[in-house]
Amino acid sequence: MIEPWRILRRHLTIFSRTFWTNTMFNFFEPFLYLTAMGYGLGAFVQEMEGISYMEYIAPGIVASSAMFAATFECTYGSFVRLHYQKTFHAILAGPVTVRDIIIAEALFGMIKCVVFGAVILLVIAVMGQVRSSLALLIPLFLILPGLFFSLMAVTYTCLAPNIDYFNYYITLFVTPLYLFGGVFFPLTGMPVWAQKLAWFNPLSHSVEVCRALALGQPAWPTIGEHVLWFFIGSALLLAPPIHLMRRRLIQ
Amino acid sequence: MSCVVRAERLSKSYGSLRAVRDISFAINEGECFGFLGHNGAGKSTTLKMIYGLSTVDQGGLWLFDQKITLTPPSLKARLGVVPQEDNLDPDLTVLENLTVFGALFGLSSQEGKARATEYLQFWGLDDKVNVSPDELSGGLKRRLVIARALMNRPRLLILDEPTTGLDPQARHLVWQKLRLLKSEGISLVLTTHYMEEARQLCDRLVIMEAGQILAEGSPEQLVQEHVLPYVIEVHLPQSQVPAAVVDQVRAYGGQVETVADSLFFFAHDGNDLWSRLESWGLPPKVCHLRSAHLEDVYLKLTGTTSEEEKR
Ligand SMILES: Nc1ncnc2c1ncn2[C@@H]1O[C@H](COP(=O)(O)OP(=O)(O)OP(=O)(O)O)[C@@H](O)[C@H]1O
Ligand SMILES: [Mg+2]
Repeated sequence: MIEPWRILRRHLTIFSRTFWTNTMFNFFEPFLYLTAMGYGLGAFVQEMEGISYMEYIAPGIVASSAMFAATFECTYGSFVRLHYQKTFHAILAGPVTVRDIIIAEALFGMIKCVVFGAVILLVIAVMGQVRSSLALLIPLFLILPGLFFSLMAVTYTCLAPNIDYFNYYITLFVTPLYLFGGVFFPLTGMPVWAQKLAWFNPLSHSVEVCRALALGQPAWPTIGEHVLWFFIGSALLLAPPIHLMRRRLIQ
Repeated sequence: MSCVVRAERLSKSYGSLRAVRDISFAINEGECFGFLGHNGAGKSTTLKMIYGLSTVDQGGLWLFDQKITLTPPSLKARLGVVPQEDNLDPDLTVLENLTVFGALFGLSSQEGKARATEYLQFWGLDDKVNVSPDELSGGLKRRLVIARALMNRPRLLILDEPTTGLDPQARHLVWQKLRLLKSEGISLVLTTHYMEEARQLCDRLVIMEAGQILAEGSPEQLVQEHVLPYVIEVHLPQSQVPAAVVDQVRAYGGQVETVADSLFFFAHDGNDLWSRLESWGLPPKVCHLRSAHLEDVYLKLTGTTSEEEKR
């Protein structure tokens, strides 16, 4: 099981070199949402579920930017490695299998998810939007959604014929998750069927955990359920990309 | 003698296209083995089955005496792979391309760096250590790909068209280095379109066409077995060659081959045939006498029909 780690070292070599530019770029958009919605909309929405609107959305922005970090890495990033740079073909000349490559992709996406989630967490903490030191558990928790979103994205990457297909993935799939993931408003205001559907939205689970930890009001059994959701989801998502990528790389 | 690679009635299809058909060959330890053939003959497909980017469809393939359908990591650890298209990592420097790849084999960073430095020097890349591979010329890129393939000190180095697109100097340099590697005991298998490359490097080679092996042997053997020792090239369009000459050459005991509208006369005694041509109405100044070589064998075996007709 050391092979994925060896492959990951390649990705991390590059990541460490571009860390600052990468972080600045990834930091900007969530920050924009946070200020626009938090201050702008927050001026009209006095309170949401008993807390200020800014406090309400801030942990959700952490969860969603973490999702986007993993998603972008394992869609555009993975596709460039797969298709344009033929990195996977080159790596396969070494003593590794396609499985190792997929695991390394998922780990890399997970690391980006955790790192960017932590960066945004730091930002909202500095802005005074974190109430509890339990928030320090958020980066640890983000490992799970990190793996899940990475595996989901890399599965799509295995199927994408060209890079334009990722527009569909983002706009038709990830953006709805973002808008209806409980980041900006509670899902309890929606029709019952929509609330039921939200259970399938991975981001909603991540948002709830992040919010509970940031506010210092975790209901541990509920958190356990969300964690379990990601565990099972990730386990189910491990085999498909391995199979699909094998078909794509090996004739 | 032990074989590093052995294939028995090996086949591979892409859908309905039979890219490799029932080929058998054996590559001995320490030798350089070549695959010669047209575009689409099935050379890369054969190599990919050996280095693990393709599965075996039918027949048997043995690598270091182990039967495989898809090369497992334990065997890949003993191979060096130079694919047909350079796939260097543009996000890494020249040096990192080697060290990061070496790390895949479990080399420590110290070991990796030492080996990388050694091979960069060997391939004349030591002044490019910290540049991006994108900045290298085609020839230097190719050398870097070969250097990378050596990082794990392979027992078998697989080269898919190692020198295609290189200038003659660069090509000779690569040949020189490959011969040096061979003298160190590394077995080589390569594909090529260049007869000169096959002649310079290969102990034995096969000529492939449309997925099949047409002939096998050392370059000298192939020349001996398939063509007569001398050739006269006729540098005239066939329409301007007196019609009777071809029959006269045949009656004389020579062989006639047509390649892309050019005539080639093969004979045991080149000078003797040469001296008769003028009397048969063919002026010597449009003819060229030389000894036969590998290209003649290749053209004779593959040149007459097009790829599509054969399939
Ligand atoms: N992935 C693939 N899918 C479908 N057909 C393929 C694939 N790869 C190769 N082929 C076909 O298989 C045949 C053999 O291809 P191969 O690449 O082995 O030839 P080659 O001898 O290496 O040719 P070249 O000298 O051009 O590199 C060709 O007809 C090619 O079009
Ligand atoms: Mg080829």
